Amino acid sequence: MTEVVTESRPAGGSAAPAAVRRIAIVPAFNEQECVADVIEEIRAFDPDFAIVVVDDGSTDATAAAAERLGAHVVRLPFNLGIGGAVQTGFRYAFENGFGLAVRVDGDGQHDPAQLGALLAPVLADEADIAIGSRFRETLGGESESFRSSRTRRMGISILAWTVSLLVRRRVTDPTSGFQALNRRAIALFAADYPHDYPEVEAALMVHKHQLRMTEVPVQMRERSAGRSSIGALASVYYMVKVLLALFVGLFRKNVTPLEEVK
Amino acid sequence: MTPLVVSIVAAIASVLLIVVVLELIRSGRLRERYALLWLVTGVVLLVLSLWRSGLNTIAGWVGIETYPPAVLFAVGALFVLLVLLHYSTVISKLHDQNTMLAQRLALLEQRLRERS
Repeated sequence: MTEVVTESRPAGGSAAPAAVRRIAIVPAFNEQECVADVIEEIRAFDPDFAIVVVDDGSTDATAAAAERLGAHVVRLPFNLGIGGAVQTGFRYAFENGFGLAVRVDGDGQHDPAQLGALLAPVLADEADIAIGSRFRETLGGESESFRSSRTRRMGISILAWTVSLLVRRRVTDPTSGFQALNRRAIALFAADYPHDYPEVEAALMVHKHQLRMTEVPVQMRERSAGRSSIGALASVYYMVKVLLALFVGLFRKNVTPLEEVK
Repeated sequence: MTPLVVSIVAAIASVLLIVVVLELIRSGRLRERYALLWLVTGVVLLVLSLWRSGLNTIAGWVGIETYPPAVLFAVGALFVLLVLLHYSTVISKLHDQNTMLAQRLALLEQRLRERS
């Protein structure tokens, strides 16, 4: 599986394309226990991946752990939240000329072994952004391995329903941060990325900019250490905030993606 | 009718507000663009406190019959709301700029570290 993906090139790239440079963006906030495993798993999937760990103002040894393994580490001077951290990663990818990026969270919930499936539609140039969904059925049957609280799942389905309505296609897991993107999508998100809990609004941005989005069934893991950034009361606040942001997002002016410097 | 004392006290308060804001601008502790709303507030309140018959007329327009100085409170509260709203926009903008600066700084630092 790994070799196949490594060898494949964007479809129609007959004019001897230089292999697309790939980067894994790993946002991490106080994940000194996990971040090394994540880096090693990404390398195990494909050693050619550049890895940039965005240390979102951690107060533990996250940055040191990542540096020890030779990852590029961008240290934010203070905590920006996941949106600001991930955008930093996109900026890094854009500025350093990467044509393909995947996001793998530093808490270990995204399994790098599943990157092959996530990358496939982007490598085949069928999508500008592929999103790993916990709730989309696999070919064989249901992908109901994901364990989460009933309230959270209900929240996700409300968001999924709203987003599906807004982007006029079925989106099952709009909060998933397990994503693969091509350069077009990187340029957009480097220019502007939503704050706090960004994936839902980002789906709307992708739609407004007419990028092609697809969902790929994946399984996510339990967080091995640390706590989810979303508690019970916070998730209600999150829901309201995201719904408001979605509504406002409908009427917002489109941003201009970052320009390629020739 | 507005009691005279109320008018005098309100006028003094308005003048104080204007003087304090002007002094803050003069000493460079308040930027003009953020002071403008405060100055307008002070001037409007001053005019309404001195122009007693006008206050009564306006009170009549908005249906306040028993106590015209209530208009002063209403106008004052309105301006305070405006100032707060204005500050929210300023804070939002500063927040965005702050985020962008942090990102640029982090990326630059990373580039420097990889060079050395």
